[in-house]
Amino acid sequence: MSKVTVRIPTALRSFVGGADEIGLEAETVGRVISVLADRHRGLIERVCDAEGRVRPFVNLFVDGKNIKTSGGLDTPLADGAVVSIVPAVAGGR
Amino acid sequence: MSEPSAKDRRLAELRARIPEIEPAEALKLQSAGAALIDVREADEIAQGSPPGALRLGRGFLELRVEEAVPDKNRTVVVTCAGGVRSLFAAESLASLGYRDVRSIRGGFNKWKNGGLPVEVPRTLTAQERERYGRHLLMPEVGEKGQLRLLDARVLLVGAGGLGSPVALYLAAAGVGTIGLIDFDVVDRSNLQRQIVHTDDRVGTPKVESARKTLLGLNPAIKVVAHETRLDSTNVESIFDGYHVVVDGSDNFATRYLVNDACVKLRIPNVHGSIFRFEGQVSVFWPAYAKRRGPCYRCVYPEPPPPELAPSCAEAGVLGVLPGVIGLLEAVETVKVILGIGDPLVGRLLHYDALPARISELTLDADPECRYCREGAVFPGYVDYDVFCSSAGQGP
Repeated sequence: MSKVTVRIPTALRSFVGGADEIGLEAETVGRVISVLADRHRGLIERVCDAEGRVRPFVNLFVDGKNIKTSGGLDTPLADGAVVSIVPAVAGGR
Repeated sequence: MSEPSAKDRRLAELRARIPEIEPAEALKLQSAGAALIDVREADEIAQGSPPGALRLGRGFLELRVEEAVPDKNRTVVVTCAGGVRSLFAAESLASLGYRDVRSIRGGFNKWKNGGLPVEVPRTLTAQERERYGRHLLMPEVGEKGQLRLLDARVLLVGAGGLGSPVALYLAAAGVGTIGLIDFDVVDRSNLQRQIVHTDDRVGTPKVESARKTLLGLNPAIKVVAHETRLDSTNVESIFDGYHVVVDGSDNFATRYLVNDACVKLRIPNVHGSIFRFEGQVSVFWPAYAKRRGPCYRCVYPEPPPPELAPSCAEAGVLGVLPGVIGLLEAVETVKVILGIGDPLVGRLLHYDALPARISELTLDADPECRYCREGAVFPGYVDYDVFCSSAGQGP
């Protein structure tokens, strides 16, 4: 199992007790989602739809690379990988 | 017969070593690819100079020439007013390693009297030289870059948290025309972060308040106030003629509208957005010549449903945060105008203030994007309020 760090955006930290990062073990991005879904249901409901697809206003990155072009939820994770959850934000004023 | 002066001896020495050519031959060499360097001072050059000449005043010649002419094997022709200073300059260039350096006999005076082409380059005024002196010292900006900034037209969507620092620094940098679009009035609760406004302007239109501040900082620029709400019917008439649009709006409907218009008009869209302690910056510019990046829709095909996207008014924002994000937008804007460095096309900088972390994330264009894919016919503007309020409810 790879030890990975998941970065939680400000807007969703209330679902993980305010943490900005969570460490867990997972071999793929999809596995990160299911581990988080077991522990933090509210967080993953906002990241994925009922069918488990990443919502269109959220991007997931592994070590800075968008998973849209690196294998989607099957993107493999090496030991030490950083998974970033980045939702669209609109504020500016 | 008296002894020749030291100066005359030195000139004779230089003439023996530096080949002198007639202006007409210099023009021929320049057409064939030689670098023509005019070493006169700025006030002389303002009266006219050979077209296409590299204008490197004698004082900074050695410091700047390698930037302007990196190839030491390129033929270099040097000119001044009368053909004397250019001899000294030519010798100095030869000692820097330039292998074929020549000097124009009779200099620019002879060039001009011989009826050869002359251009009067646009130059900075003495006041502008003083104001932008720190820019002029950097070869990446210099006089040419400063003139580009002065000629640039930048539109800021929103004169609020992001718009304030962008507007202030672009005005200070000498961006010649700054457009501001905002329909709102200054509220006291804005002043925690919207630093272009002041307490005595509470209740006055933001575009007017911002205009006063910007002209106070730099009276020579032009500030165009668009006191209106941006929508599908006015977006093109407002955007038309601007070189860069800086998005500092506060809602998804405006962000999609700004994106669609920028894609259609091929204008770079410098994007910044903030939420509480974090912000995002990117440059959405599918038309960028050096790299194919995404548009906003490629990255976020749909906005979040309203219940998942609280605004700053609802969720709060650290007052300093729009300063950080807005200034990154301002830097990108200046880079785009000057054509220097590597803009954030296809990259997103994500700043999280609490852990003090900046991450660089890659963004890819969606080859199927209805708005920016190759050969796409613009699908038209939509009702952005409906598009954003119905998000998340399925097709």
